[in-house]
Amino acid sequence: MSPTTWGWLVLLFPLIGTVSIGVGFKRWGRAAGVIGTTAIALSFVCAVGALISLLGKPEHGRELTSSLWNYAASSGVDAKLQILVDPISVFMILVVTGVSTLIHLYSTSYMKSDQGYARYFAYLNFFVLSMLVLVLGGNFVMLIVGWAFVGAASYLLVSFWYRRETATKAGIKAFVINVLGDVGLVLGTFFIFRHTHTVSFLGSFAAAPHVFHTDSTDLVAGCLLFLVGAFAKSAQLPLHTWLPDAMEGPTPVSSLIHAATMVTAGVYLIVRLHPLFQLAPTAGEVGAIVGCATLLVAGSIALVVTDLKRVIAYSTMSQIGYMIMGASAGAYSAALFHLMTHAFFKALLFMAAGSIIGAMAGDQSLDRMSGFKKAMPFTFACFIIGGLALSGIPPFSGWLSKDDIIAYLNNRGGIYEVLGILGYVGALMTGLYTFRMIFRAFFGEPSSEAKELEHGHIAHAHAPTNPMTGELEDNDVGFPGPEHVIAERELPMQVAMSLLAALAVVGGLFQIPGVDHVIQNFLSPALANAPLAGPAHEPSNGSAWIGLIVGAVIGLVGISVAFGIYIARPGTSARLQARMPAIHNFLVHKWYFDELIDHVVVRPALTLGRFAEGVLDRIVVDDGVTGGVSSAVRSGGAAVRRAQTGFLRYYAAALIFGLSLVLLYFLISST
Amino acid sequence: MTLGWYLAVSAIIFSIGVGGVLVRRNPLVILLCLELMLNAGNLALVTFARMHGGEGGQIFALIVMVVAACEVTVGLGMIVAISRRNLPVDVDELHELNG
Repeated sequence: MSPTTWGWLVLLFPLIGTVSIGVGFKRWGRAAGVIGTTAIALSFVCAVGALISLLGKPEHGRELTSSLWNYAASSGVDAKLQILVDPISVFMILVVTGVSTLIHLYSTSYMKSDQGYARYFAYLNFFVLSMLVLVLGGNFVMLIVGWAFVGAASYLLVSFWYRRETATKAGIKAFVINVLGDVGLVLGTFFIFRHTHTVSFLGSFAAAPHVFHTDSTDLVAGCLLFLVGAFAKSAQLPLHTWLPDAMEGPTPVSSLIHAATMVTAGVYLIVRLHPLFQLAPTAGEVGAIVGCATLLVAGSIALVVTDLKRVIAYSTMSQIGYMIMGASAGAYSAALFHLMTHAFFKALLFMAAGSIIGAMAGDQSLDRMSGFKKAMPFTFACFIIGGLALSGIPPFSGWLSKDDIIAYLNNRGGIYEVLGILGYVGALMTGLYTFRMIFRAFFGEPSSEAKELEHGHIAHAHAPTNPMTGELEDNDVGFPGPEHVIAERELPMQVAMSLLAALAVVGGLFQIPGVDHVIQNFLSPALANAPLAGPAHEPSNGSAWIGLIVGAVIGLVGISVAFGIYIARPGTSARLQARMPAIHNFLVHKWYFDELIDHVVVRPALTLGRFAEGVLDRIVVDDGVTGGVSSAVRSGGAAVRRAQTGFLRYYAAALIFGLSLVLLYFLISST
Repeated sequence: MTLGWYLAVSAIIFSIGVGGVLVRRNPLVILLCLELMLNAGNLALVTFARMHGGEGGQIFALIVMVVAACEVTVGLGMIVAISRRNLPVDVDELHELNG
């Protein structure tokens, strides 16, 4: 079969899954999880098929498009229901379907006591389908459709426990910020379409060098608008505030959003549109700077957050910052490489976090967790592997991939070198916050839950409460369900986590400087026309290895600092807080971004809305326009009404008078 | 005698009818005056037919008579209905249909 046939099959299975589970949700019951997992697993098999058949093609023939029918064809618009199968999209579908399969498998256990089990899997399959449409779409229209679907799916899943007010608010926040990104993407498409007169990717890329010169205004504007889309979807400054709030969703959903289906879309977008970004270096610089700022800001917030899932969420923001920085600078294969390894270890970390949260009866606060090392050895091992990979410790995957990006930046020179060095600062914070989390949750005196678990009992809250607000809530919808799950007792969770742990260890072996370049070689046909991805910008093996060693040392320093603060001298953290209350407060309030957005956007919009309601709507529209028309009609009617006297003779006289006038007119005009 | 006199008589009769419709209050008399107007029209039609030498006008006059008969039937029916309900037989009293 041709790669495009495999591509369509990749889309077909999640579609069947989501429709069949969604339609028959009352009938399936427990089977919904099996159907959902099987659908994504089959999709993964087809993605592997696409990979194999793509590798069978000659290198110059690895960009294939296929369209089913015209999607929106009108004057000048050639939008087809089209997919583009090339190394970039095949790479993405492999990562998305592979990681999603494991997350589905994990969810079959994790969500088993939830009332909305079938609904959950319908949403989950829809989420994967949306992301696959996004990465496989062969033109801007399909990209926008997938982009918006992903936003909708994230809304559905973030507010999955819809009786929890914090969850529905977080879902709305995620959706609104994502729509902002959608608008950026659509407007950016218009800027490009105006000049290239086609919405297909390959057509636009072929036309771009002829219709745009380097840094031409419309191109830069279009690319900046694409970046707005990427920033909103990938949670970059200043559109990142939805991501930590999105932790209100079930933990596997967080895993899916962070590892496979959502936040990576921005990185994919930049890599996919690299022929445009190559011609707009200014936009690339903006993207790289924002990515770098995000990784520093997110890393610093992660140092003080006390919610386990939110720490991991900020670490995702930070890691996506690396990818956006790398992709914007031109390190496409390194960014995608890091995307892949990050998907492995971040999915793993969330799964392990879900296991601890299960043991804590739904509580996510690091302040209350401690000493789970003995009670949960499997979760602990997974968390350690994920944490080491995240911190960039050799030989784990994150080490090779993150330093691949930084080495490219340092080699590129100029402003990028500064960003690369700041990336090392981020790496230091990564080691610190990752192991702060691990030391606080697993080491130290066992908490009451951990002690209970050591005796074989999982803690259950007396009354289910919302972990964020402490409010009581009912058990029908929402975690904690009546049953809690931990990885130690659930085989599907163990299988998923073991596979991811293995991948997190060996995932880096795909690309080792001086040894092999599997990912780079695989992607090179799609990046053939990108001078920035060419060998001229490739760091030499020597400098790459120096970068790797520096990165490893920095990661170890971060970990040892965390060890010093939380294990060797407990209480250091409290002393630091007491000594620098201003900085701590600033970080606890997440750099006041929520407040800033509230003041700059929300409040002015509210004031404007009140003004519009009070002045424009009430006075201008109600009183002026509609009120004016109706009163004019009423007074006109009152004036004319007097002619209707009811006396027959008046009507007759009017008739005769009129007739006489008509007669007179004809008499005069005929002579 | 030229045909112009016929037209003059027709105009006079029509004017009498108009005057009657406008000033009289008894519906019966108004109906009579309407008949006068119609027959003035008939006279004019017949005159013009004679003037142009065709039959169309004469036939048209016959049709007008038929219509006039119908109209009188409806009008008299209404007057009978008015008097049966003991309403005043006076068009000025019957002016409820004002605006």
